[in-house]
Amino acid sequence: MTPAPAGRETSTRGRAVVRVLAADGRALVQDLGREGLAHLGVSGSGAFDRAAHRLANRLVGNAESAATLEIALGGVRLALPAGCWLSVTGAWGPVTLDGAPLEPHTSVRTDRAAELALGTATHGVRYTLALRGGILVPETLGSRSRDTLAALGPAPLTTGDVLPLGPEPEQPVPPADLVPVDPPTLGVVEVEVRPGPRLDWLSTGARELLLGAEWRVSTRSDRTGVRLEGPTLERARHEELASEGMLRGSIQISPDGAPTVLGPDHPVTGGYPVALVVTESSLDRFAQLRPGQPLRLRLVAGRP
Amino acid sequence: MRLLPYGDRALLAEFPTQEGVLGALVAWRDAPPGVLELVPAARTVLVRIDPGALGLGHLKHWLRSTPRIDASLPVADSVTIPVRYDGQDLAAVAQAWQCSPDDVIERHRAREWVCVFVGFAPGFPYLVPVDGESSLPPVARRATSRTAVPAGAVALAAEYCGIYPRSSPGGWQLIGTTDAVLWDADRAGPALVTPGTRVRFSRAVP
Repeated sequence: MTPAPAGRETSTRGRAVVRVLAADGRALVQDLGREGLAHLGVSGSGAFDRAAHRLANRLVGNAESAATLEIALGGVRLALPAGCWLSVTGAWGPVTLDGAPLEPHTSVRTDRAAELALGTATHGVRYTLALRGGILVPETLGSRSRDTLAALGPAPLTTGDVLPLGPEPEQPVPPADLVPVDPPTLGVVEVEVRPGPRLDWLSTGARELLLGAEWRVSTRSDRTGVRLEGPTLERARHEELASEGMLRGSIQISPDGAPTVLGPDHPVTGGYPVALVVTESSLDRFAQLRPGQPLRLRLVAGRP
Repeated sequence: MRLLPYGDRALLAEFPTQEGVLGALVAWRDAPPGVLELVPAARTVLVRIDPGALGLGHLKHWLRSTPRIDASLPVADSVTIPVRYDGQDLAAVAQAWQCSPDDVIERHRAREWVCVFVGFAPGFPYLVPVDGESSLPPVARRATSRTAVPAGAVALAAEYCGIYPRSSPGGWQLIGTTDAVLWDADRAGPALVTPGTRVRFSRAVP
């Protein structure tokens, strides 16, 4: 199986293109992902920070489903064509256009061909870059998203890649100049969770620790899962669990007693017990948690 | 059937047997709008919803009130997969079953298998013998997972036979290798084997 290399298979003749000057494998093409393919073993994938993806697209007048670039940590430089609208959301850090600082959450148009440089993020982890028209690489199973675990969709960007942009959308670039959104926090992040199917596989003490302790985000975190470091959770039941369905936000307890919060490229099924599940509204936060950042899980009441 | 909580976007239906899972999949095919996906697995079906379109309470009511039929999965199609029985764990499986490696091969080859779900990786089928009475003794996973199982590896674990669509880490016991392409995202049917597919294994000519 060979994933379609980004941009290399589409004719770019006569189209506006973005050239990758430096990428180091940290930039991925993402859209809103693949729906309804779990029976083939394919999970949702798509933008990790979906709110950032939607906002970036709205700022340049794209459909929310248009493909953007998800850039982890930074260290990426791109050559943009003249007359190209762009916006950067998600992580905050030193972002420059031909050396001039670029405001986050703002739509900007290049007067002439220009170099966009995204430096190391200072708040959050993942930048979203939207370009008017969207990134128009070929779709795999109905989506342009890179699934890093399943190795589906366009390969991570490398230096020299050429990305075609889509045609001008019907919708104009909205007039709003600045969208007031704060940068991702560096402090303690509180995440809302609800019970998962196997909460009772943990001992009473472990349940209290899971919901009471301050956790730290492990460096061993990626789009498959964000691993949390803290006290070791003791299981009340030790038998093997038959494989069952997983979701983005499932908090599974691995045999070494550590919780892992599954990300967009999670496996469709897994055999570790899911103790809690992150609520829909808290999911995007995991895209921006920095290694070592403190985190608390809060069980929310409400409808079962 | 037991309904277990699964956050604010899903419920997990748990059944005592694999047959219960298959019956539920058939019965729930005409799910109401707002049901996004059914994820079948060994003893469970994960039912994922769009919380804006359907409440968890409504889902619970619908799952409980829809009569389940005593069904086996409709036969999707059947394939024969040629295997070179050269797996590194053939001897370990033989030892666990207290038979010879040739007996392991014969037991594997003589059965007709059916895919009950796909998981772990795109196109990775979980196969069980079609006739429940001909099931094989369960096989324990390897104590230590391999960091790279080759693509096409035919393997056993628990009550299942699986085939690795591409090279990946894995802890199943390897009994053979196939050149069949289990997964090709650019093919009209990307997965060679889907839930309901009947599978027979033949000895590949070396």
